[in-house]
Amino acid sequence: MLTAAILVPAVAAAALVLGRSWGEATTRIVAVVASAVPLVLLVGTWIRYDTGGTQPFQLVEETDWIPTLGVGWRLGVDGISLALALLSALVFVVAVSYPVDLMGRHRQYRAWFLFLEAVSLGVFLSIDLLLFYVFFDLSLVGMYFLIGRWGHGEARAAALKFFLYTLAGSLVMLLGFLALYLQTDPLTFDMRVLIATQPLAGRGATAGLALLAILVGLAVKTPLVPVHTWLPPAHVNAPGPASAILAGVLLKMGTFGMIRIPLSMMRATFETYAPVLVGFALLSIIYGALVALGQTDLKRRIAYTSVNHMGYAVLGIAVAGALGSGEEAGRRLALTGATVEMVAHGLITGALFLVAGSFWTRTQDYDMDHYGGLAGTAPKLTGAATLAAFASLGLPGLAGFVAEVQIFVGTFSVYPWAAAMALLGVLITAALFLQMVQKLFFGDLPARLRGFVDLGPREALALLPLLVLVVVIGVWPTWLLDLLTPSSEAIVSAFGVR
Amino acid sequence: MDVGHLAPEIALVLGAVAVVLVASFTGRDRQWITTPVAALAVLASAGISLGLARGADQQLTFDRAWALDGATQGAELIIAAVTLACLLLSAEWFRTDPRRGEYPAVMLFSAAGAMVLAGAADTMEIVVGMLLVSVTGYTLAAYHRASPAAVEAGMRYFLIGALTNAVLLIGVVILYGSTGTTNLADTASALAAGADPVAMVAVVVCLAVGLGFEIGAVPAHIWVPDVAQGSPAPSAAFLTVVPKVGALVALVRVLQVLPADVVGWRPLIAVLAAVTMTVGNLLALWQDDLRRLLGWSSVSQAGYALMAIVVIDRAVMALPSLVICLAAYASATTAAFAVVTELRGRTALADYRGLASTHPWLAVALVVSLLSLVGIPPLGGFVGKLTLFTATIDGGYAWLAALAVANTVLSLFYYLRVIAPLAFDTSPRPAPVLGQWAARAVAVAAVATVALGLLAGPLLAALDGALLLP
Repeated sequence: MLTAAILVPAVAAAALVLGRSWGEATTRIVAVVASAVPLVLLVGTWIRYDTGGTQPFQLVEETDWIPTLGVGWRLGVDGISLALALLSALVFVVAVSYPVDLMGRHRQYRAWFLFLEAVSLGVFLSIDLLLFYVFFDLSLVGMYFLIGRWGHGEARAAALKFFLYTLAGSLVMLLGFLALYLQTDPLTFDMRVLIATQPLAGRGATAGLALLAILVGLAVKTPLVPVHTWLPPAHVNAPGPASAILAGVLLKMGTFGMIRIPLSMMRATFETYAPVLVGFALLSIIYGALVALGQTDLKRRIAYTSVNHMGYAVLGIAVAGALGSGEEAGRRLALTGATVEMVAHGLITGALFLVAGSFWTRTQDYDMDHYGGLAGTAPKLTGAATLAAFASLGLPGLAGFVAEVQIFVGTFSVYPWAAAMALLGVLITAALFLQMVQKLFFGDLPARLRGFVDLGPREALALLPLLVLVVVIGVWPTWLLDLLTPSSEAIVSAFGVR
Repeated sequence: MDVGHLAPEIALVLGAVAVVLVASFTGRDRQWITTPVAALAVLASAGISLGLARGADQQLTFDRAWALDGATQGAELIIAAVTLACLLLSAEWFRTDPRRGEYPAVMLFSAAGAMVLAGAADTMEIVVGMLLVSVTGYTLAAYHRASPAAVEAGMRYFLIGALTNAVLLIGVVILYGSTGTTNLADTASALAAGADPVAMVAVVVCLAVGLGFEIGAVPAHIWVPDVAQGSPAPSAAFLTVVPKVGALVALVRVLQVLPADVVGWRPLIAVLAAVTMTVGNLLALWQDDLRRLLGWSSVSQAGYALMAIVVIDRAVMALPSLVICLAAYASATTAAFAVVTELRGRTALADYRGLASTHPWLAVALVVSLLSLVGIPPLGGFVGKLTLFTATIDGGYAWLAALAVANTVLSLFYYLRVIAPLAFDTSPRPAPVLGQWAARAVAVAAVATVALGLLAGPLLAALDGALLLP
């Protein structure tokens, strides 16, 4: 079933490449249906998933790929990966169906999206370290072509920068993976073995260097300050749906990787360096928020809030690994909060970038100063954008709040000073989102925006599931927490077991 | 003494003789017949090589002058495959050339020379292989004698070759002088009894320079971009791949017998690898000519392959990674040059603008080949780099792996300088293409590039237990 979730979009992508005679409407239907199949399959997986199970990974599917190297097609889920895979599948359905200027190449555009969906699900579902790497790298290729071909403005330079930065990150990470791998006996990339045996435990400098390599690679993807500089140009120049995927799905690969690999496979080393990671997370939170506040470009502003929000997620992960404090309850809370933040940020920022894409299709302009008073002419757009903005600044009753409150409470019990500094970030984001909403939707309507069209039915329908989930998670998060909590608690309680 | 063990090489030589005879006794309009004759010889050679299933039979044979082992077999199969692809490419490229009949013969001799290099277990045999592959190589490079670019490429190739062949000979002579034997197995035992460090350093340097010529390694690498750019496109594909395969196996075979505790050849080769990959990549960065860019990329790829030699005998994956790296490099480079050939040798990067819209399949093949050279999974180049990095870290040369990572990122930059215009721009009109046979070569090489990655499991399993004798 997990294999099918990866293969169906991949095969559909190949079919789109080959189906030369297909019209625009046909490829749209093929793409939407093929992108929805994994969502259905993953909901089926969710129903079969046992939240009380004792095995770290469930519903495992396994076949050999390169047995000599101990590499296999190994797929499986825990609560965290299942939640992120579900989120990804949903964001992909929405992004694929969202209308955008296809520049006359609808087949290729949709084929790349489906390819990207297959590899993104692959990242979350793999329980083989090398398979994880393969999918991680392939996600760069897909995104490179989407930004470069269907982006606007400085698209090609942005795509190049994105590919160079993130490939550098992933290759450095590969060296770290190999350091882990070479300590296993017999040699294997099986994550279950790597988690159970902690291959680099007690190996001093080697372990430190491997952790550094892996964290640098993941930090580029997350992205953490100071290796975030590829993100703003990539977001600004990418088409709206690709930005939504980049923020909603691809960034999660970084934080997901941190939970899955260093936090789970290198506990002792992670514990030593957790305070350093806390420092970088705080830097991202404050710096991301401050720089976002300074942007007048709508997409740049949202892009920098991603740096800020992913900083919260990293903060939660780092706190979870800070064993020295002894505050196990707080650390569990922080990790659960980080995982909820990942889901919430995927939904909220996905929606925000799609809204930004709608602005671009109407006016080819992202400068917020050129807008105003749209609340009257485009009420649906105003409603959607305002709801997403409030969720993003952490308004109680919406998804962002559930995540952030857990991270802060968890962090407070371990590092009170860090929680205090992170709260500063929340204040700044509140200010910047309120200012954004005010600039775009209130005040005087410029004359040239008289004909501004409200959200069309396809756009509204696509945004609806994201926004509904933002509210549902905010009001009644239990169903999500039931899925996430057992897995994050298992990861945290494994610390200190020698 | 078993002549049968040399049958893959003999098949090529007999094929070359047959080609020469056929070319002499057929009319000008029937000269194309020599290409299928040569192709049959190559197929026979590959078939025999596969049939000599080596496994437990790996041995020194032919009076211990020939290494019948996994390394030789791997090189033979790669060389045969690339030669076959280059023959396909040459079929239409030389259609109007009155001297097309002999071209396959020269190529077969050159391929045989490369195979001799790979299997040689005797230093004099290495010299013979080197001379055979070089002399025929000059001819292949300058086959268009009316083209100034081709003649210049051939001339530069020849001058550097003459010089480095002499250096190789000096190295071989010093080694003979210190041990009294040219046989590698005897050399190993003679050196185990005691060796003069100064002589050994001289041997390592001379061999690295002499064999480094055909490997395309610094400092004798400057012919590579010229040949890649100026010689006939099928020759460029052949010369950037086939001699490199043979010479790399020859180098690792000799170095292996030198005592690493007396002469620190590992660090020396590590530095050579580092310099070669960095120089190749830096000079490829701003090339506006695709063939020249591929030439510099070929230099940098030689640097990666040398990494495997550094850790030979120190990491289990060293030999498999060398073979996989060479196979992946061979298929990807052949695919890239095949696209160039199919597009009638067009070479300016600007001419590739919009290729994805005019010739989508050629564009796909070129992108696959370049991404494989970067090492993007799941292509062949990825498995090459993966095994290479594993072996290098395992062998204690993590810094070299880190440098290779930096170089890989650097290389992505120039490969994307090719990919971006061909994928993102649009072109007003389709470019003329060469023909069906070249298109088939493109397809075969591109599919091989993908298959080497996806089928890495069985491939590595087959290499399990492969030896590098003596």
